[in-house]
Amino acid sequence: MNRRPLLLGVVSAALFATSGAVRAADAIKIGSFLSVTGPASFLGDPEKRTLELYVEKINAAGGVLGRELELVIYDDGGDANNARTFATRLVESDKVVAVVGGTTTATTLAAIPVLEDAQIPFISLAGGIEIIEPTKPFTFKTPHTDRMACEKIFEDVKKRGLAKVGLISSTAGFGASMRNQCLTVAPARGIEIVADERYAAGDTDTTPQLNKIRGSGAEAIVNADFGQGPAIVTRNVRQLGIDIPLYQSHGVASKSFIELAGAAAEGVRLPAAAMLVPDQLPDDDPQKTVVLDYRAAYESSQNQPVSTFGGHAYDGLMLLVQAIQKAGSTDGVKVRDALRETKGFVGTGGVVNLSATDHMGLDLSAFRMLEIRNGTWQLLY
Amino acid sequence: MAEFVQLLFAGLTTGAVYALVALGFTLIFQASEVVNFAQGEFVMLGGMVTVFAYNAGVPLPLAALLAVVVAAATGTLLHSLAIAPAKGATVVTLIIVTIGASILIRGLAQIIFDKQFHALPAFSGDEPLRVFGAAILPQSLWVLGGSGTIVLGLWLFMERTLLGKAVRATAANRLAAELVGIDTRLVLTLAFAVSAAIGAVGGILVTPITLTSYAVGTLLALKGFAAAMLGGIGNPVGAVVGGLVLGLLEAFAAGWISSTYKDGVAFLVILLVLFALPQGLLGRAAVGRV
Amino acid sequence: MRPGTFSKLAILGTLLLVLAVVPLVLPSPFHLRVATLVWINATAALGLALLIGLAGQVSLGHAGFMGIGAYATALGPKHLGLDPLSSMALGIFAAALLALLVGRPILRLKGHYLAVATLGLGILVHLVIVSEVPVTGGPDGIQLPHVELLGRRVTGPELWYWITGTGVVLAAWLALNLEDSSTGRALRALHDSEIAASVVGVDVARHKLVVFVIAAVYAALAGGLFALFNRFVTPDVAGFLRSIELVTMVVIGGMGSILGAVVGAALLTVLPQALTVFHEYEHAVLGLLIVLFMVFLRQGIVPGLAGRVVRRRSA
Repeated sequence: MNRRPLLLGVVSAALFATSGAVRAADAIKIGSFLSVTGPASFLGDPEKRTLELYVEKINAAGGVLGRELELVIYDDGGDANNARTFATRLVESDKVVAVVGGTTTATTLAAIPVLEDAQIPFISLAGGIEIIEPTKPFTFKTPHTDRMACEKIFEDVKKRGLAKVGLISSTAGFGASMRNQCLTVAPARGIEIVADERYAAGDTDTTPQLNKIRGSGAEAIVNADFGQGPAIVTRNVRQLGIDIPLYQSHGVASKSFIELAGAAAEGVRLPAAAMLVPDQLPDDDPQKTVVLDYRAAYESSQNQPVSTFGGHAYDGLMLLVQAIQKAGSTDGVKVRDALRETKGFVGTGGVVNLSATDHMGLDLSAFRMLEIRNGTWQLLY
Repeated sequence: MAEFVQLLFAGLTTGAVYALVALGFTLIFQASEVVNFAQGEFVMLGGMVTVFAYNAGVPLPLAALLAVVVAAATGTLLHSLAIAPAKGATVVTLIIVTIGASILIRGLAQIIFDKQFHALPAFSGDEPLRVFGAAILPQSLWVLGGSGTIVLGLWLFMERTLLGKAVRATAANRLAAELVGIDTRLVLTLAFAVSAAIGAVGGILVTPITLTSYAVGTLLALKGFAAAMLGGIGNPVGAVVGGLVLGLLEAFAAGWISSTYKDGVAFLVILLVLFALPQGLLGRAAVGRV
Repeated sequence: MRPGTFSKLAILGTLLLVLAVVPLVLPSPFHLRVATLVWINATAALGLALLIGLAGQVSLGHAGFMGIGAYATALGPKHLGLDPLSSMALGIFAAALLALLVGRPILRLKGHYLAVATLGLGILVHLVIVSEVPVTGGPDGIQLPHVELLGRRVTGPELWYWITGTGVVLAAWLALNLEDSSTGRALRALHDSEIAASVVGVDVARHKLVVFVIAAVYAALAGGLFALFNRFVTPDVAGFLRSIELVTMVVIGGMGSILGAVVGAALLTVLPQALTVFHEYEHAVLGLLIVLFMVFLRQGIVPGLAGRVVRRRSA
């Protein structure tokens, strides 16, 4: 019977120990909750590495406002409920001044009320348009939306003189969300969705679905997913000898996709940030140096190829640091106001122009259309 | 016809992996009555160890052998460090032990390896074969052939070798087996090692098709368990049948009914089968263990 | 009284004491949120403890009922214009109805076959929630409005702490009474030997069904409370991993122990928060702890520790 208070004591000691571990008293605390493990670890892992890498770099260069940055990262495992608990913990126990995190749309949406209530600037790293539509006072995001990806793809499909699209998507968060957006914007773009097939996360064969798409009269295939799924779909398309254009989304934007899909990836097109093709950008492209620098820093220290996901975290952190410097303060409202005044910020995702009504600040020009040729990315336009 | 053959091979290839996982479940269950939810992790280890050894320059056959050895060693450790010390615990408690072990193995794998997806080159190239108008990957034949060989080998082992007979005796009646001088602890360790090795071989065979990562084990354990139950647990033939039927159900449901609800269709069929045959397709007649 | 169990009063008294002390020791909203999640998980675990501990039936799909409770609470206001509280009541009713309908055929299955059937049931519920995006919001989840009672908003971590805490005490009180009732005695007989129980005239199927429905109601109540408190639900609430987590709570706390279910829920809810100090090793440590607990306290924490205390005293 007397074990309960004892257990409670141990537990509370553990909780206090973690929250009480303050290093420099005047460090600026930046919080993050990321899906470092679980189904979205493919995205969350490079995000975590990027934040840690750049906080270290910023501190080595003298910090912000003459103070060190202190990063508090929690792994939500992709579970929205955990994300909310960690967001509460960041606010209440860690007393962070801002949050850069939220790997998936679901974890982001779960945390928004907590951070909005506490008036803490929050820069999300997830794609869903509902994060910033309608605009919430303290919530921003860096990645392009799924809707933009659909629009960019459909634009390219039209350019090729095609109109009938077979959609294949994962039932997990990213795929489901992008599928919805594609279905929504298709009519306005003059695209007819002739097949709408889905597969579960972790499925290892999609030939039954692709077989149906083949029989549907589709002139192009669009695959909405990240991680392992797109590589399997791409291989299956080639296996079945389907020779209509295949589009992937910005969710596959890392070199490992080409490695995983192998020869099958040849000819696949996708909308992506400049991150993947810095060498091919014209020298007067404003993003060129930013992206080259980030790639060099990440690849030399992390021993793995860059992805655009880590880039979103870089953009988020840099936007925040710039805003804190401009505000000259870590006060939530002042930092938020400074964020909203951001104009012409050059990040890995594009040139960002924020305002009181636009908390993402990217337009379709931020997306480049790429094609995979000879095992590497080729910038089309 | 082309569509039917395409779906058939899709289902058989996926089903073969489920069958191997189910076989692993069955083998351990027969010997120890433990439902080992860490079975999927052996498949993961098979794929991941091969990938990392291969990328480090080890020739593919050697890398695969190493993976099987690592998995078998992990299986042995699982038995001697977690299952054997909990001897006498209830069935549900043992299930939780194996779930804890699977979290532990996965947790270590994400640190030792990484969190990326990985592929292996196909053993005989990527050029699909044309069969009745359907496109079949040569690797699918490797998966089917490899799984078939394992099933046959296991059957011969159980029927023809003394050790195999010892396993069957232990499964039938542990006390009686001990009385006639069988070292049941050795038999149990062996069952875990062989199960792990079977899972690992499955992981190696499918990685060129399905890719692998530290986290693939959970889903395979779930599907493999369902397959084992569908076939009737404790029956190796049932495990193979259950696995193949589950794979085929998923493929044909996706192709002919609804790709969104294909897993739902599969589980609905499992529910209906169990309502009609409460011991699974090929399960033993009802023997209530009290 | 069986060894390893405590008297009704002692259990309820302990719960009330902990309920009263926690807000004094851990007053921050974060700690109260974690504590509230403990009470919610404990409510679901209590139902499952009755099913596993008392009736000896394992469910690997219990989160499905939590999902029904949570999503009914979320969807009622959105699609039917109901207020969240009556939606929650509807959700609990729906879960009970489903349990009643599928309970009879499912409970005919034994042991692992029952486990896989309940697993399938949970997966079906989860699949519907994930797939029917226009209705449920899909994997991105769904927001809930504030609860209003007598014209006032029910909000704030402290208030929810007390609501869910009271809920768990009531749930425990009902569970204890059930254990003591004639149904409870019949269920225990059934657990010990089904054949013997049926021979002496216990209606095995009916009693199993009763406890299955009760367990579903507990889970749906927990799901509904979670939705109201969190005001945001995702399909994770009904997922396979959540089902496994619930079973682990019951087993690690001690099968057949009411207090054990609460302790198990507390442990598995608080551990992930405490283990963040291990950074990338947190999952490995969690797995290791589960194995160690089950190997060294195989009856579960509460009966296991109680057994040791008793043994030491008598030695």
